[in-house]
Amino acid sequence: MATMNTQEEILLEVKDLKQHFPIKHSHNVIRAVDGVSFSLKKGETLGLVGESGCGKSTTARAINYLYTPTSGDIVLDGVNLSELSHKEMAAARKDMQMVFQDPYASLNPRMTVNQIILEPLKINRNRGVITMTSAEMDKRVEELMEIVGLSRSLKNRFPHEFSGGQRQRIGIARALALNPKLILLDEPVSALDVSIQSQVLNLLTKLQKEFGLTYLFIAHDLAVVKYISDRVAVMYLGKLVEVSPSAELYDKPLHPYTQALLSAVPIPDPEVEKSRQRIILEGDVPSPDKKQEGCYFCDRCPKVMDRCRKNIPELKEIGEGHQVACWLYA
Amino acid sequence: MSEAQIKEIKNENPLSEHWYQLRKNKTAMTGLVIIALFILIGIFAPLISPMDPLEQNIEFRKTAPLTGGYLLGTDDLGRDMLSRLLYGARISMIIGVISVSISLVFGSAIGLISAYYGGIVDKIVMRLIDIMLAFPYILLTIVIVAVLGPSLMNAMVAIGISQIPRYSRVVRASVLAEKESDYVLAERALGAGDLELMFKSILPNCLAPISVQATLGIGTAILDSAALSFLGLGAQPPTPEWGLMIASSKEFITSAWWIVTFPGIATLLSVLGFNLLGDGLRDILDPRMRD
Repeated sequence: MATMNTQEEILLEVKDLKQHFPIKHSHNVIRAVDGVSFSLKKGETLGLVGESGCGKSTTARAINYLYTPTSGDIVLDGVNLSELSHKEMAAARKDMQMVFQDPYASLNPRMTVNQIILEPLKINRNRGVITMTSAEMDKRVEELMEIVGLSRSLKNRFPHEFSGGQRQRIGIARALALNPKLILLDEPVSALDVSIQSQVLNLLTKLQKEFGLTYLFIAHDLAVVKYISDRVAVMYLGKLVEVSPSAELYDKPLHPYTQALLSAVPIPDPEVEKSRQRIILEGDVPSPDKKQEGCYFCDRCPKVMDRCRKNIPELKEIGEGHQVACWLYA
Repeated sequence: MSEAQIKEIKNENPLSEHWYQLRKNKTAMTGLVIIALFILIGIFAPLISPMDPLEQNIEFRKTAPLTGGYLLGTDDLGRDMLSRLLYGARISMIIGVISVSISLVFGSAIGLISAYYGGIVDKIVMRLIDIMLAFPYILLTIVIVAVLGPSLMNAMVAIGISQIPRYSRVVRASVLAEKESDYVLAERALGAGDLELMFKSILPNCLAPISVQATLGIGTAILDSAALSFLGLGAQPPTPEWGLMIASSKEFITSAWWIVTFPGIATLLSVLGFNLLGDGLRDILDPRMRD
């Protein structure tokens, strides 16, 4: 029974997630994700944005336990994943699926569409996580193809016979196969043409309504994120710098990095576009293998203060649901 | 979906696509025809041989080709050369397939495990393979046969074992490339275990280089078994094995050239066939070689 407060139930909680990778022949590590905390309510979409290499994809993969996190907790539906045994993990994974960025690379070229969508069902049946007969599984594959808008007559085709948009539909069908609660969308539309992007985004919104899905939507395209997300988290060099309801973030970005990021979005109106003020950031992103004393953004920040170079600001709630990690607001 | 309908027209799977490429490739087709011929000869040897390959007829020994009803003459014991060559095709094809199967199965397994697990496993396995590679290949084969005892079966096993490093290297290289790809990650995210990933996701995508290596390998195996038999380490008389036929008649090369020459030509043709097909397959299966 769905109740009024279903919306408020928390599905995923990420607590101080750290994912470090060792560097060969060195004692240093790459701090790909360095202390990220956020939570996802049931049925909402959290957009995760940031520039290339800031750790967005690594965050998603660590949540899915594709990497074993260096430290931190991932709590899915009240279950702490780090405390699970191998077998329990397989069952927990069922509730959390992933859609990948490149639909050309994420489908096995030697399998037909049928086999690809069947794969999660088969794997989990062999694990004893689900019980389904072969006939039921075949029916489920056809059902899924219909759900994502692919004709079932295409089920014996190979991925290379499809366009990018169609392939991403196959990837989405595969992710839906096990009726997950959470879907981690790792830049699901950035490899697609703009016209196809909107089709896939509409499909994702439709599916969310239909199946009450919760999305973690990773992207670097801010317009796309604005369209699909309820809340947006901005990531910079392995840390969250701002988390806010979507509309508020775009209206009133607080963190200087968010401001710079948003100022880079082109406006599809030549008159307004001319007067757009861009904040051009100086310098480069610091190397993620060095631990800094102060704010990771201080070398590039236009509003840098003395304090920024000495202490790292924590993510702090400064408005309703609006968190920012910046000394300007502390 | 209009997008879906456009694709309705085309219906092809990778295999038929490859078959089409193969037919266009003259090198590969020549090789395939030669191989098919040898395989057919091998299968139907008892039916098409005019005589028993082992039957000696001292009266007609060293009969020249095209005389006395012997198309290719007789050898030094009066056995019909043609029949012996036809039966030899059967033996050579079996040698090729069995020894390549041995190296293929063990080599692929070693390469797959080594590349998939990486790290210390990979280091140890690959150093062992390096040690095997450090021995001259034919010497290694001879040593193995010497240990096992000379026979045709042991020659096949020896060739199979000493070819393992080649296969494990080829498989390891392609598994290393495939295991980092997104679809492997995707299937891991679906909950696939190591075995499923290794054999169902990764290995099928490494088939191209493996099949090229195996095809070339059959040719090499035939040649090597001929060499072993020539040295007296493979097939034993009176087996109609080509290498053995050359060895046992080498002293007649000036007086009865056909006894030495025809088995030589047969060996050459069969090896050529496999090499042509192997090269052709490489062109077809490696997209980078295509224009």
